[in-house]
Amino acid sequence: MHGINNLLLLMVILLNFFTLGSSRLGACIRAVALQGAVISILPITLHGINGHSVILATGAFVLKGIFIPWLLFRAIREVRIRREVEPLIGFIPTLIIGALTTSAAFIFADNLPLIEAHHGSLFIPTALATLFTGFLLLITRRKAITQVLGYLMFENGIFVLAVLLSEAMPLMVEAGVLLDLLVAIFIMGIVINQINHEFSTLNTERLSALKE
Amino acid sequence: MIGNTLLHLAILCVLSPLLLGVIGKTKALFGGRNGAPFLQPYFDLWKLLRKGMVISETTTWVFLAGPVVALAVPLLAAMLLPFGALPAPVSFDGDMILFVYLFGLARFFTASAALDTGSSFEGMGAAREVTFSCLAEPTVLFGLIVLARLAGGLSLQEMLSPELLESWQNAAPSLGLTLVSLFVVLLVENSRIPFDDPNTHLELTMIHEVMVLDHSGPAFGLILYGAAMKLFVLGALVVRIALPFTFNNLLLDLLVFVAGMLGLAVLIGVVESIMARLKLVRVPQVLVGTTLISAFAMVLLLR
Repeated sequence: MHGINNLLLLMVILLNFFTLGSSRLGACIRAVALQGAVISILPITLHGINGHSVILATGAFVLKGIFIPWLLFRAIREVRIRREVEPLIGFIPTLIIGALTTSAAFIFADNLPLIEAHHGSLFIPTALATLFTGFLLLITRRKAITQVLGYLMFENGIFVLAVLLSEAMPLMVEAGVLLDLLVAIFIMGIVINQINHEFSTLNTERLSALKE
Repeated sequence: MIGNTLLHLAILCVLSPLLLGVIGKTKALFGGRNGAPFLQPYFDLWKLLRKGMVISETTTWVFLAGPVVALAVPLLAAMLLPFGALPAPVSFDGDMILFVYLFGLARFFTASAALDTGSSFEGMGAAREVTFSCLAEPTVLFGLIVLARLAGGLSLQEMLSPELLESWQNAAPSLGLTLVSLFVVLLVENSRIPFDDPNTHLELTMIHEVMVLDHSGPAFGLILYGAAMKLFVLGALVVRIALPFTFNNLLLDLLVFVAGMLGLAVLIGVVESIMARLKLVRVPQVLVGTTLISAFAMVLLLR
């Protein structure tokens, strides 16, 4: 079981890198969707098959793996954009910063006072690395959709961290978190449409410019 | 010792063009054609070696040194590398550095030979080749560091010893990432799709092919033969990491190795058939990504 967990978490980290390095929005959405699907398996592989973990896994899979990507794909179809053209920081620099933060996450996780069972597992470093990657996407990209992806990735990192605690957490709290996410994506979808409607582009920079 | 060396050289010299034949056949099958026979690369080499040479008057001895070094380097590098379970004829501490920089030497001479012609077009090719390989080099070194760390030794013989099988059980993630990034390096270094198209003669997209435009006849034959051997040697490294089995039976070990190499050739053919060539500006991006992945494999192992 330990091996499977590590393999899944490794995939999560590789998908982080892929999303940072890719300019195509479709590919990015697919990568984040795949990441969501991969981490939704984690509760089952970590805690075994029981009611709690199965509900959590299916809930996360349907939301993160299918429904939200579908919403995002609809959004990019409606606003007709394909790629992130000019990020604030280029793709290679963000990749390198991403790799540095990932290494930092590994070093930091080693120094945390964790309980014995979590020592040496990839869960904490992966969660931290995914959080940082989400941040990076949020900071460096101009298009609203990529920023939503960054937010999603951020949430994926929190999910990985929460999987460790899912034994102790009531189902209600987790359902609440997933619902929050969904509502947020809904609202962002509406906002994206509005931005597009007003400016006929998705550059969020236009929002901070004064109207002439 | 002598027998071992001769066997090593014989495998390298006889089998290396076959890989190109297998790659060509795989691509032909994907394209729905019959394709050239498996032995076509041998015929091509034979044809080229019988032809005359046209040498520009402005060139110097450097122009001819390029093909010769390109042929000699894979032969030397092969001496340091175990072919599957067959031990390497020459092995000493730190030979992994020599292994990497022997190919650097070959690149230097090929690029110099291209510059020696004085053609600005070939100079452009040399610049591209050197740029891409300097991005690929850290990947190889990170990968070799991972192997060295797992084996606790600094020679290729120790790094690719049967203990690699145990390492696969303990450190599968690191080794897997290393394997993938070394495969990418194999594609870059041998100018295969998606980084360079070995068949292209579209001027603006060529990388490796540009540099050897002025070579003809036997010199070009040597270059092609050297390229085939380079593919074989770097492929042998990848195959050994993927199939670290040792049976202590010469015939069986040889069989596994050759099967692995042919499998690798088919894999390269499949990659070439299903992928498009990357835009030139995207290549460095992908290579930096691969470097980061192999660096990450090292971090994963060191923590």
